[in-house]
Amino acid sequence: MLSFVAQRVAKGVIVLLAIVVLNFFLIRLAPGDPAVVMAGEAGASDQVFVKQLREKFGLDKPLPEQLFIYVKGVVSLDLGFSFRQQAPVAKLIGERLPATLLLTLTAFAISLALGILFGTFAARFAGTFLDTGITIFALIFYAMPIFWVALMGILLFSVTFDWLPSFGYETVGANLTGLAHAVDVAKHLIMPAMTLGLFFMATYTRMTRASMLEVKRLDFVKTARAKGLSDAVIQRRHVLRNALLPVVTLAGVHSGTLIGGAVITETVFAWPGIGRLMYDALLQRDYNLLLGVFVICSAMVLIFNLITDLVYRLVDPRIEYAS
Amino acid sequence: MPKRVLLGLLLACGLTASALAQEPKTGGVINAVIQPEPPGLMLALVQNGPTQMVSGNIFEGLLRYSPKLDPQPELAESWSVSEDAKTYSFKLRKGVTWHDGKPFTAADVLFSIEMLKQTHARARTNLAQVDKVEAPDDYTVVFTLKQPFGPFLGIFEVGSMPMVPKHLYEGTDWKTNPYNNAPVGTGPFMFKEWQKGSFIRLVKNPNYYERGKPYLDEIYWQIIPDAAARSVAYETGKVDVLPGGSVENFDVPRLSKLKDTCVTGAGWEFFSPLAWLWLNNRQGPLADKRVRQAIMYAIDRDFAKDVIWNGLGKVATGPSASTIKYYTDDVRKYPYDPAKAKALLKEAGYKGEKIRLLPLAYGETWQRWGEAVKQNLQDVGMTIETIATDVAGGNQKIGDWDYDIAFTYLYQYGDPALGVGRNYISSNIAKGQVFNNVEGYSNPEIDKLFAEGATATPDSKRKEIYDKAQKILVEDVPVAWMLELQFPTIMRCKVKNLITTGIGVNDGFKDAWLDK
Repeated sequence: MLSFVAQRVAKGVIVLLAIVVLNFFLIRLAPGDPAVVMAGEAGASDQVFVKQLREKFGLDKPLPEQLFIYVKGVVSLDLGFSFRQQAPVAKLIGERLPATLLLTLTAFAISLALGILFGTFAARFAGTFLDTGITIFALIFYAMPIFWVALMGILLFSVTFDWLPSFGYETVGANLTGLAHAVDVAKHLIMPAMTLGLFFMATYTRMTRASMLEVKRLDFVKTARAKGLSDAVIQRRHVLRNALLPVVTLAGVHSGTLIGGAVITETVFAWPGIGRLMYDALLQRDYNLLLGVFVICSAMVLIFNLITDLVYRLVDPRIEYAS
Repeated sequence: MPKRVLLGLLLACGLTASALAQEPKTGGVINAVIQPEPPGLMLALVQNGPTQMVSGNIFEGLLRYSPKLDPQPELAESWSVSEDAKTYSFKLRKGVTWHDGKPFTAADVLFSIEMLKQTHARARTNLAQVDKVEAPDDYTVVFTLKQPFGPFLGIFEVGSMPMVPKHLYEGTDWKTNPYNNAPVGTGPFMFKEWQKGSFIRLVKNPNYYERGKPYLDEIYWQIIPDAAARSVAYETGKVDVLPGGSVENFDVPRLSKLKDTCVTGAGWEFFSPLAWLWLNNRQGPLADKRVRQAIMYAIDRDFAKDVIWNGLGKVATGPSASTIKYYTDDVRKYPYDPAKAKALLKEAGYKGEKIRLLPLAYGETWQRWGEAVKQNLQDVGMTIETIATDVAGGNQKIGDWDYDIAFTYLYQYGDPALGVGRNYISSNIAKGQVFNNVEGYSNPEIDKLFAEGATATPDSKRKEIYDKAQKILVEDVPVAWMLELQFPTIMRCKVKNLITTGIGVNDGFKDAWLDK
């Protein structure tokens, strides 16, 4: 197993470097000059100022040289300096990453837990009202855009009922500590995590249901029944466990999509994560910051996928790690 | 709806007047919205809007400006001008200390000027006429100009010329100075904490030189990226102040009607944001003056004001906003007159050639305005193609002169020599830059008038020159002036004296107090 992990990590590093180079050029293909954006924000745009900015951030150097400097930095774990925010990129990302991880992992857990639960029930009671009800519920959240669900959630739970805070990570100025702080953060987390989680829940529900119905028809399930096992045991040990493989695969693929969804969720709920940092960096053509966020997100996706591969083995012990 | 907003404004003005009569109360916390999150708070290095809004509390300039743009004391307590209008002498306030306790002296002023010349493009331009700056003693600063410069007393507000602590910046790499992240100024509030993406916290400066001020204990600037979420934050009582531009315009009437809410359009007199359409004078049909004039007649600017901007603002009459010095409305008028626009287009021989329109990617209001203008121009027979871009992409197109019509709005900084001439003089035509003369208008007479206007004395002579320049420009229509924008500040009525100067919420909350 160790050699499998080492091999995957080595491959991941190569993929990551390829992503860096590709993104480096892709970003520069977009029209818009960071120096002009910054000069505009300063309410001044004389030639000397724009030239100074270009020199200051090395944008006046030839592109291959800029790439060489950047890749050299990344290899030595230096993600560079943000033009606009005038701070090291690693520091800026480091400040925001925990919030994004908390949001995405919570949303991920909610979507998987609810998705598998609902999918199991839908399959167990296939063709009944319960099945139809679950399907409709899941599809509603899948069909509605995330920002819309978010805004409706705010309208209902913040404005109308005043149950949950509408924005932020914590109550500003409350200076809470310990358990009180954790509860406060959890209250702020509920709406963004549910918004993001419910969207993905729908796919897991559908996938679990379909997969379970397929497995149910297989011979070993009949054998289990013939052995006289209880329905609950058959569903849990034999059907669900075998039906989970495609769900796990999908979850691995979703790790990247979750970050994309986080951009919208973080914006609407003013959640201080890297999704919003990435969006702002894109609008402001803050090349280094944008590339830095891409590197971190790509690394996260690679790690998620590695974990997915490891989870395969747990779900289905018949799978062996290829060396 | 506009009437209601107007009523709100009148009420707000009335409330401000009554607030002045009340005895200020000490204590309390204000939660205000800041949008977007500033990239940094060191005002000498970063000069965008949000930075100034927060840092206007931390840093100070030598002068402040009344809503009528008259200079008022801040770090300078008095000033005098020589007979030949070339020497300006400032007496600094004694007993002022930086937030770290060190005294503020003339040496700081001299250092700040040298630093700003390198880091602050607008300050560099403003100081171009300065021959030398001297400090005869610790509390006197003397500026000697190369020649008289009319707007000189108008360049000292905190955003244009913030004072920087020499003892913390001299001999350091300004870009990486640790005090950029924990700025030290002389202002009424001190920097305390910045949780990126969440909030910026400022606390009262207990040693502020104006006894008894500031009245507030703390200010929290809340960072909420989504416009709808900012409205909700106000509605649910999580924030008390929505500075101009914080919410979409169509939300303003709704929020204004909320209980205990006051609205004011004051506090933008110095900046006087003026919106116009860049018209590419170089090529195609727009090179013909008659087509440009037709555009002025074709656009229903009252509709834009009343519907898109919810009655806020004023229809522009020319290159100067009515709130800045030497404005005149004695110029050619362009009422909404589609028939006249059609006649002018016919006269110019316009045959439906495609015109590219670049709206401004600043949110819904601007998007809708782009659609309204497109419809107006199509109604008189013009063929309009909308080009969608984000802000950076749009700026690149404008800077490369790759457009026909493009939306913009720019600040005027109180004087035509500071914020108007730059958009029309031919020496400011430079490819690759935005916000200068990107329309490519070139008129030697205008160049001469703006050059003379900046240095002429006395004031009456300047007025005469700028009157003439405005007349010529309005006749030539190098760009199509739309509206004098007004960005309404929405706040709880218990917040008193928030806006007292010509730069409003950008000038710090030192006079503000809470009527609890």
